[in-house]
Amino acid sequence: MADTYSNLVNKNPLGKKVASQFGLPKPALLRRYKEGQQLLEGPAAVAGIGSAPVAASASAIVKASGGEVVDATPETSYDARLAAIVFDATQARTLDQLDELRQVVAPALKKTGSSARLVVIGTTPSELSDPEAAATQQALEGITRSIGKEMLRGGTANLLWVDEKAQGDSAVLAAPLRFLLSSRSAYVSGQPIRVRDADVPDVDDWHSPLAGETAVITGAARGIGAEIAKVFARAGANLILVDIPASGEALSKVANSLGATALQLDVTAADAGERIAEAVARKSDKLDVMVHNAGITRDKLFVNTDENRWGSVLDVNLRAQFRINKVLLDKGVKGGLADGGRIIGVASISGIGGNRGQSNYAASKAGVIGMVRQLSQTLADRNITVNAVAPGFIETEMTAKIPFATREVGRRLNSLLQGGQPVDVGEAIAFFAEPGSAGVTGQVLRVCGQSQLGA
Amino acid sequence: MTIESIRNSLYLLLSVSVIHPLSSTPKGDSLMSPRDVYVLGGNRIPFVRSGGKYLKASNQDMLTTAIDGLVSRYGLAGERLGEVAAGAVLKHSRDFNLTRESVLGSHLSPTTPAYDVQQACGTGLEAAILVANKIALGQIDSAIAGGTDTTSDAPLAINDGLRRTLMKANYAKTPQQRISAVLKIRPAQLAPEQPTNGEPRTGLSMGEHQAITTKEWGITREAQDELTALSHQNLAAAYDRGFFDDLITPYLGVTKDNNLRPDSTVEKLAKLKPVFGKGEGATMTAGNSTPLTDGASAVLLGTKEWADEHKITPLARFVDGETAAVDYVTGNEGLLMAPPYAIARLLQRNNLTLQDFDFYEIHEAFASTVLCHLAAMESAEFCKEKLGLEAPLGSIDRSKLNVNGSSLAAGHPFAATGGRIIASAAKQLHEKGSGRALISICAAGGLGVVAILEAA
Repeated sequence: MADTYSNLVNKNPLGKKVASQFGLPKPALLRRYKEGQQLLEGPAAVAGIGSAPVAASASAIVKASGGEVVDATPETSYDARLAAIVFDATQARTLDQLDELRQVVAPALKKTGSSARLVVIGTTPSELSDPEAAATQQALEGITRSIGKEMLRGGTANLLWVDEKAQGDSAVLAAPLRFLLSSRSAYVSGQPIRVRDADVPDVDDWHSPLAGETAVITGAARGIGAEIAKVFARAGANLILVDIPASGEALSKVANSLGATALQLDVTAADAGERIAEAVARKSDKLDVMVHNAGITRDKLFVNTDENRWGSVLDVNLRAQFRINKVLLDKGVKGGLADGGRIIGVASISGIGGNRGQSNYAASKAGVIGMVRQLSQTLADRNITVNAVAPGFIETEMTAKIPFATREVGRRLNSLLQGGQPVDVGEAIAFFAEPGSAGVTGQVLRVCGQSQLGA
Repeated sequence: MTIESIRNSLYLLLSVSVIHPLSSTPKGDSLMSPRDVYVLGGNRIPFVRSGGKYLKASNQDMLTTAIDGLVSRYGLAGERLGEVAAGAVLKHSRDFNLTRESVLGSHLSPTTPAYDVQQACGTGLEAAILVANKIALGQIDSAIAGGTDTTSDAPLAINDGLRRTLMKANYAKTPQQRISAVLKIRPAQLAPEQPTNGEPRTGLSMGEHQAITTKEWGITREAQDELTALSHQNLAAAYDRGFFDDLITPYLGVTKDNNLRPDSTVEKLAKLKPVFGKGEGATMTAGNSTPLTDGASAVLLGTKEWADEHKITPLARFVDGETAAVDYVTGNEGLLMAPPYAIARLLQRNNLTLQDFDFYEIHEAFASTVLCHLAAMESAEFCKEKLGLEAPLGSIDRSKLNVNGSSLAAGHPFAATGGRIIASAAKQLHEKGSGRALISICAAGGLGVVAILEAA
């Protein structure tokens, strides 16, 4: 869906002039992933606090992905515009040490180019027993979130909290760090992601991470679901795309354009789980990724929401997932989810911050978050990760129908001054799906351009 | 090691290298015993009454969509199939390569060969028999059979008088000749030639023909209305239980056959006035006859090996097919009475009786057609005199007839009906896990096409 204002101030000569003379906000054109694209378009400045044990891993990951690394100090003068800054603050234990971050990152930020990335790496605060150490690590969130709001030209700032046990393992860091550095995280800013200790497979193909894997995506006929499917197909996955029979025409087109299989199925059907498993068993030995994307809205003020509006939204957006998961997680079911697999849900910033007229929808989306946090613990021993994305304002057919004024507010009220694209949600989901993301579980990642709604 | 054992080893080595090539098929001799053929899946678009939602849809569009739905259901994008055979009864002259053009517009590989088949309402089933035979012979391993029809986009031709005049003008050698030819055009010649569903040799419409047969067999209005109501109720129930979830792909926003009246009852149908036949004895109404309908269908067939390779579970084995024709022109037999003849021959060839089936799929051109077929097969006289049988074929268990509804409810886009029935019958057998289905379709020109499916 088109963002007319953004096009005007970015592409139209007169629009550009008017915008700059009157100081109008100018949403940047975000760098987005294309097949075979370089990880970074310029050098990455890497630095850290103390022994900075993770900085070395970070440098190695950037270099392995074809990127150039500059060791940053407060005195470094940068020849080229920086594409990224990676700062290892895992060893920060005192508030004084935070000043080291300020001294190195501030001058580097001044030299960043467009769609630049700041990734701060810390230690998970809840793992630290010393109050000042925990406070210091928590402070990193305040710093990154604030810098996210100050970033210019489509830049983002995010935080990786790495568990102490995982800090020695560069393999577990690679996928999350690369996601945040790459253009795949174009619309993710101001977000912390926790990385745990996990077994990450040796094969590390970041261009087709899902090669040979089988994934099911529900609600795939249009909008965000169709875009998730495209990203998964690009990443090499075998796809089974699900949508209600009434959307079969659109579903068939998406499936055929990606060489995928279409499964016309209402996810609320009593046997939906069995039918998904059957479809998987027909195509593959096992299911690797289950993406619960199907969702509906039936908006009404809470006081006017009837039983049907209430029930149908909860049924499609949440209850169906429980029924389907139950079948897919049964080890005896052919076509069920394999150990080491992935369950990925779609929450919403409405589920985090609530939304007028969406009590039913927000209930279902907050419920997704609750499910993700709990189920991730239950399934940890099977190495199945459970995560969700929480999209903010995404340019879809659905949001195009919002009245103009409301739409403009929703669209601009974020650090990137624009709505996200459906592909941004797809990229985040594909990140969770990657074998390299084994250390990321129980997380809800906002894909919202650091929206102020629900923040 | 003795000399004897060395000799034995040498002999073994030689025999492997020498005898093995001899045991394979000699060059140029491709004859092989027939292979089993399976119905692997089916797809259609919802059938819609003519002049409605598909008014702007062409046969090619509809057939392409039906094929593409099959492609996406089985993940066949980019695949080269053995062939696609399909057709339409009402066809524009520009659609001389309708099926090939539909394949080119689909997501199948453009290297998939295709050809058109045209056998009135038998088109879809006949296409399936044709490709099944090729698969059985080993000429191809996989195929799609299908059909499409629209009376909303029916071809209107210029009338014969105008065509002759224009051809004369076209072949004229001098401008004067051309002008004089064109001046001979008369207003009456401007009226287009409309396609009719009348029989060219009798001038009677199909309904009028059937009205004669209905009367001959004494089929009552009540029996026809009962069959009709059941067809609607069965089709509605099939939709409700999700039977069509993997048999239909919506098209142009239509998700269900729009001729379906789930609340149809004998009482409501009894209120309709007869439209075919004359006077007191007229029993055929718009309710118990199929309306003109637009739609398309496609069925995927292949060998077990091909299905395994493509990870598709076969639904049913395509056992055999037979086509019969009757002499209706002289009035010796009813226009739509060929199916009993075809069924008799097919049963005999396969050493089966009419009662050896778990499902009967008899196309409901008119409710009375089905009832006439059943009455004929029960009649000792008919079976002896017309079919030359010692004993009648007998009656069938009516609870096994058209269990998920048929053409009276779904509608009948001529060439698309075969594909609809094959797919439904195959899925019914798959759900049951055993048994046989008999498919029967009557067609214009005194034709009848029948086939046997067996649970895979």
